Amino acid sequence: MMETTLDKDLFDKIDGIIHAYEHDRHNLVQILLQAQDLIPRHYIPMEVATYIGEQLGVPLSKVYDVISFYSALSDRPKAQHVIQLCKSTTCRVNKYQTVRDVLERELDIKMGEITSDGKFALEYSACFGACDISPAFRIDTEVFGNLNEEKIRQILDRYRGECNE
Amino acid sequence: MKYYQITIDHKQITVPEGTTILEAAKLVNIKIPTLCYHPDQSIKANCRICLVEISGKDDLVAACSTPVWEGANILTNSRLVRDMQKGVLELILANHPQDCLRCIRNGNCELQNLCEIFHIAKSNLEDEVDALPVDDSSPSLARDHRKCIKCNRCIEMCQDVQGVSILSHAHRSIKYNITPAFERNLMDTLCVFCGQCSSVCPVGAIYEKDDTDKVWEAIDDPKKHVIVQIAPAVRVSIGDAFGMAPGTKVTGKVVAALRRIGFDKVFDTDFTADLTIMEEGSELLHRMKDHGILPMITSCSPGWINYIEGHYPHLLRHLSSCKSPQQMFGALSKTYYAEKIGLDPANIFTVSIMPCTAKKYEASREEMISNGYREVDAVLTTRELARMIKTSSIDFIGIEEEEFDLPFGISTGAGVIFGATGGVMEAALRSVYELATGTALNNIEFTDVRGLEGIKEATVVINDQPIKVAVAHGLSNARKILDYIDNGQCDYTFIEIMCCPGGCIGGGGQPIGSTLAVKEQRIQGIYAIDQDMPIRKAHKNPAVLKLYEEYLGTPLGHLSHKLLHTTYRARSEDLHLLSLWQKETASSKE
Repeated sequence: MMETTLDKDLFDKIDGIIHAYEHDRHNLVQILLQAQDLIPRHYIPMEVATYIGEQLGVPLSKVYDVISFYSALSDRPKAQHVIQLCKSTTCRVNKYQTVRDVLERELDIKMGEITSDGKFALEYSACFGACDISPAFRIDTEVFGNLNEEKIRQILDRYRGECNE
Repeated sequence: MKYYQITIDHKQITVPEGTTILEAAKLVNIKIPTLCYHPDQSIKANCRICLVEISGKDDLVAACSTPVWEGANILTNSRLVRDMQKGVLELILANHPQDCLRCIRNGNCELQNLCEIFHIAKSNLEDEVDALPVDDSSPSLARDHRKCIKCNRCIEMCQDVQGVSILSHAHRSIKYNITPAFERNLMDTLCVFCGQCSSVCPVGAIYEKDDTDKVWEAIDDPKKHVIVQIAPAVRVSIGDAFGMAPGTKVTGKVVAALRRIGFDKVFDTDFTADLTIMEEGSELLHRMKDHGILPMITSCSPGWINYIEGHYPHLLRHLSSCKSPQQMFGALSKTYYAEKIGLDPANIFTVSIMPCTAKKYEASREEMISNGYREVDAVLTTRELARMIKTSSIDFIGIEEEEFDLPFGISTGAGVIFGATGGVMEAALRSVYELATGTALNNIEFTDVRGLEGIKEATVVINDQPIKVAVAHGLSNARKILDYIDNGQCDYTFIEIMCCPGGCIGGGGQPIGSTLAVKEQRIQGIYAIDQDMPIRKAHKNPAVLKLYEEYLGTPLGHLSHKLLHTTYRARSEDLHLLSLWQKETASSKE
């Protein structure tokens, strides 16, 4: 069932992240974000949440509280690339809806869905602080702004063109 | 200390600094409505039902969390306040299933009470009830989170008081809810099933699994010989459910009510509590003499067993191997008792009345089988028995008292104090002292181990050797003791641990409203019963002595070992990959 290989190598890398944050539980969000980046399809499996919780002395239920609170974190596998479109105030003023329509048309999926090849997922996000280049979206950790139809196509082509990991 | 003069609803009152508006209002007999507020818990101020008006400021504040100030002029029943409170209530109700008549908390629900007070007849709000499945995965507890009002009381219990941290809040905004991590069912977590969450829930969102149907069915089956045992703590708590004063001793009334309901024999778990002392006391002396593993820790509390099995499995050898009194009773009911009355154990149905939801889980454990039969067939909490008594149209307050049946109805003061924190320790000391020294113990009351302090210590001199003992109740206190053992700082010989705060009198299956004040009265009730008992030492119980003579042989003997002792195992969440990985790193570090 588990698509991710939770191997020793992964946990060693997570150890490195926790160590870099000096085992400080106040850095839980940063640690989870970095751990998530290591895991294909961008999510925190329960095993990883349990491990990070144990290392920081935070109960699993509280780790889950944090994962479920932030839209940048996920407890279930997403697509290879997750496109998170901001719909907070500034992006609303700058017509995120236009960006959404282009994305939905180009990828042939609706918001909240994953493309049939598992390459892209489309979802909304709360503000991630890119208001100066609004409307904006984020693909995994990379932020793109001042979006128009042409630019969106170029960005998607770039991701489509890369060889499969 | 500073004092402030304030006005509440045009009445002047002087109160000390730090008093909240809610507390000050109580002093002038004004009961501001509350929902998330619980007298034993921290102030949460998340339900907003206690909003009151600051006169002249056109400002509303939460009475539970706002301390008074000099000259404060508070209105608790202005039009604005009434409209606001009613509005808050309507918002909560719009998100709450309104099937009160079918709810287990019907007639005993804080939300329902508020609806009565505010006379919520019709609301303009559209209902928006979350479609969440009921989690009835465990034998002990059910969670119906459609009914949850997000007051966070269960979280404080689970995280802070018990330190088990299974329940937390998660998600946000409309999806905000209270859940174990990754939305798992309770059975798939390391929940200890103590049920403390259910005892502080203001509504019917977490509740005991109801097994009364199972018991009715057995009673109605003419082939079944249905026997029942009642735990020490139930006799000072079930009166609450009938409006009696907390701590009132109702032993004889419960016995009578159980007979009216239709049980064939009514027995006392106090009897097997005495038996537990014989076995556990002997085990302790054996461990002390033969340099066995010390400290030895009591094993009567199933929530505690679940905790150590799940969270400190490397310390399991410290546990006494004794089964709990409930299971000892069950084991004897399908063996000794069956033989004695000449019945096929297959036709004996053994019920227990417990203050505890974890007892349901304990009774269902795979090793709790004797003579090929399940030792205890059904476990009812105090709350479930109260329901059965009400269903049976019994006037509980008026019913004439009756005595337990023989032979499992004879008990001592040692057995009854099992119901309060420190009781097992005190009962054990009364017997261990006399068994070890061969001399009579003059002062049998070990008051150092009584009371509601989280961790209690005492030293007893036995044969010129000082023996240090400790008592802990509530799992966050238990954890401290386990950490002492882990760190090698523990010089105790014997430790009593009870899962629930206050011991079994504060169990998660007790009547709703078991506050600290109520627990204190139950404890007084328990020790008053002990004081009135003609025999107060377990090893002097004539029925227990006869049981050894006729059947068991000696404590820790072959038959005792087979029927009255058990084994434990580590409980883990299903995290194979992680444990494999941890094993790998552990071996590579070596």
